[in-house]
Amino acid sequence: MIRARALEKRYGDKRILRGVELDVDTDGFVLVTGPNGCGKTTLLRLLAGLAAPTRGELDVAVDRGRIGYLAHEPLVYRELTALENLDLYGRLYRVPERRERTGMLLERFGLWDARHAQAGSFSRGMLQRLALCRTLLHEPSLLLLDEPYSGLDDEGARLLDRELRERAQVAAFVVATHEPQRLEPVATARLALA
Amino acid sequence: MNYLADVGALARKDLLLELRARDTLPAMLLFVVSTLVVFHFVLPTGSSDLAATGLLWVALLFTALLGLSRSFAAEREQGVIDGLVLAPSDRSAIWLGKALSILAFLVLAEVLALPAYGLFFRPVDAALVAGVALADVGIAAVGTLLAAMATAGRARELLLPLLFLPLAIPIVVGGVGASVAEDPGRYLGLLGLYDALFAIICWASFEYVVTE
Repeated sequence: MIRARALEKRYGDKRILRGVELDVDTDGFVLVTGPNGCGKTTLLRLLAGLAAPTRGELDVAVDRGRIGYLAHEPLVYRELTALENLDLYGRLYRVPERRERTGMLLERFGLWDARHAQAGSFSRGMLQRLALCRTLLHEPSLLLLDEPYSGLDDEGARLLDRELRERAQVAAFVVATHEPQRLEPVATARLALA
Repeated sequence: MNYLADVGALARKDLLLELRARDTLPAMLLFVVSTLVVFHFVLPTGSSDLAATGLLWVALLFTALLGLSRSFAAEREQGVIDGLVLAPSDRSAIWLGKALSILAFLVLAEVLALPAYGLFFRPVDAALVAGVALADVGIAAVGTLLAAMATAGRARELLLPLLFLPLAIPIVVGGVGASVAEDPGRYLGLLGLYDALFAIICWASFEYVVTE
């Protein structure tokens, strides 16, 4: 599904990534690890098509609409409610039975009672849960997750564990994380950036 | 059909955001009215209609600039533009949805500005209204593209006027001409041509503005 060879990304004179080689199968689960500033987020942005590589080859054989991208920011409007945010994304992603799917995800991630509250009033953990709902809404076949456990409490982390285990059967994952041990049981490969 | 549904959803979202946050339209309304009041006292008694019309267009242009500078604030501050760009819909739908919401804000500002202009300076006629309406389309089309470009830069508050004002010169020429000429048809034609040409250019090039 993903094939990267000698991937390099520069911003001006600053080289963020160099010589990255990556292969991800349709059911692959790749953990991306490394210290702060090593380019984990940049790699995910390249894979999502949000940035173009400076050098090297990158082939992501999946439609843009089949990618689920969890970024540092939740990518939701703070003035809109949880329900309105997911409804907007559901429309843009042409999610069939949008309302049912939205309701199911909000319930699964413990946000149903807060569905009519504006995202701006959410705690960091609730925003991360909403971001996960947004990422999973259209049942993507490639999930690019940047520090998915960030801000989650124990219950939220357990919910995410369950979701990832279920989705790992039917989707490919590239996950940038500082907690690789948590995902080792489901991971099929590991990419350490320096 | 899907494209128009996407545009509608995006424009509706912008209007809802403004309804909740109220940080763009009230500022535009206050700015345009207070500018016209200041111009009323600045312009000497017995000044020509041409001078008054020129001042109206200055006020309208800078009011539009105020709205445009806030147009991508939510997307920039909350990183949402990445989420919109990743969606499978045509990326030009983001531009069109945003342009429609800006157009709505401009029209609302002018609903207040034109009667105020009529009160302070001279009566508003059909040619002036037609000129303003056509100018709004061009301002929204070009301004939305440039606002998206400026959003990506560091000095965005400086960049947007620097990019927008030179491209708005034909709008001012057409608008002022339509407002004061005996035969406004030529100037309205110029505005229509500008709108059509730049709407197509902006629609086609927006994708390159929001992707690296």
